[in-house]
Amino acid sequence: MGDFDFDVIQRSIGYLFREGMTFTLTLTALAAGGGIILGTLLAMMRLSSYKWLSVPATAYVNLIRSIPLLLVIFWFYFLVPYIGAWIIGSPTPIKVGAFASSVITFTLFEAAYYSEIMRAGIQSISRGQISAGYAIGLNYWQTMANVVLPQAFRNMVPILLTQTIILFQDTSLVYVLSITDFLGAASKVAQRDGRLVEMYIFAALVYFLISFGLSQVVKRLQQKIAIVR
Amino acid sequence: MNYNWNWNVFWDMAADGTGTWGMTLFYGVLWSLAAALCAGIIAFVLGSVLGVMRTTPNKWAVRIGNAYVELFRNIPLLVQLFLWFFVLPELLPKGMGDAIKQMAPPWASFVPAVIGLGLFTAARISEQVKAGIQSLPRGQLFAGTALGLTLPQTYRFVLLPMAYRIILPPLTSETMNLIKNTSVALTIGLLELTAAARSLQEFTFQVFEAFTAATLIYILVNLCVVMFMRWLEKSVAVPGFIGPAAVGGAH
Repeated sequence: MGDFDFDVIQRSIGYLFREGMTFTLTLTALAAGGGIILGTLLAMMRLSSYKWLSVPATAYVNLIRSIPLLLVIFWFYFLVPYIGAWIIGSPTPIKVGAFASSVITFTLFEAAYYSEIMRAGIQSISRGQISAGYAIGLNYWQTMANVVLPQAFRNMVPILLTQTIILFQDTSLVYVLSITDFLGAASKVAQRDGRLVEMYIFAALVYFLISFGLSQVVKRLQQKIAIVR
Repeated sequence: MNYNWNWNVFWDMAADGTGTWGMTLFYGVLWSLAAALCAGIIAFVLGSVLGVMRTTPNKWAVRIGNAYVELFRNIPLLVQLFLWFFVLPELLPKGMGDAIKQMAPPWASFVPAVIGLGLFTAARISEQVKAGIQSLPRGQLFAGTALGLTLPQTYRFVLLPMAYRIILPPLTSETMNLIKNTSVALTIGLLELTAAARSLQEFTFQVFEAFTAATLIYILVNLCVVMFMRWLEKSVAVPGFIGPAAVGGAH
């Protein structure tokens, strides 16, 4: 412990945050935004009375939730080029960058988890609200957009944010695709300088501070919302 | 699409020459389950202790329990495994660190994986145990102590038996999470199911066969866990309490 080298952190801190943390935060933000939108659509599909909408949505959510994220990452890393080729009608798999691939993967993966949260949110709105919406002449989309979803979001904001903190931690798994996210950057410096102890402890500390800070904010928010309601 | 499907790849000789690719996947499942089982035992015992600590009237026990949960919940599992695998041997006294590093191949990554997964999952289980105990009416604790039971006895004979029954459904999903999380151990070299599928893909280029097989196996394992837990819930249900037996048919 005596030869703990703080200097290696100081030397690489610019690289770690400029390259690594930027990637991690961008990926988190894009996947969270896309995941919440797609997850809400999936939740609406699951709650639909049309079987052809609810069955595929349920199957998708259950499938994604029963396999590990790492396997999903590998799946999409190899599958996306083929799907892309199929969409644009190209005979050979198209090239998809590591960043695009990981954004697509995390969006599609987290959508399954966000959809479960949004489903609970939509179901927490009393049926009378929906009936009232229809009674004043709104159609399905208007009722959803103006009556149900705003309330559902409001109720679910703390849980959605908690899931986003989990997503932030999960993005570290792109390590397996040798992408330079925050952990990837720390790992590269660690391997190069032979300073595994310092870099991994520092990485753990940074992840902890960000996640812990955000979770405290969520806790505050939860209390605030609970009082208003 | 010009992709060469070859579902017979599972009967081909594996790269390590000890058996077919099917056997590689099978051993992968065994390693996944073994890691999940060992980590699960650690997580269950430690999680229960921490969960109980967080409901006791002792302020310091609550603080220590809360600190543990915050610490292990706010660091990504992958980073935690790296800490156990790369960092711990360096921080221990030299002899001990070297002994850990020189463990025979599967164990050198299996042991840190089990410790990491176990301590990580313990934080989550302690949340469930705490919630289970707190969901019981306060009168249960008073009744226990009024009967002359000590606090540990009240926990042992009154609170915990009901709390565990209440939290069986969330424990089911924690068990499935744990099995899925064993895949993270591939980053420290454990040849579990996802790693086995990955090596099949790397050596034979049969991407989709490999990952389809792994996906189906994970789904199968999940189904087994769900069925086992449902059976367990039914067999330990206390008659007269709201549980799976009473709900019946509602699904």
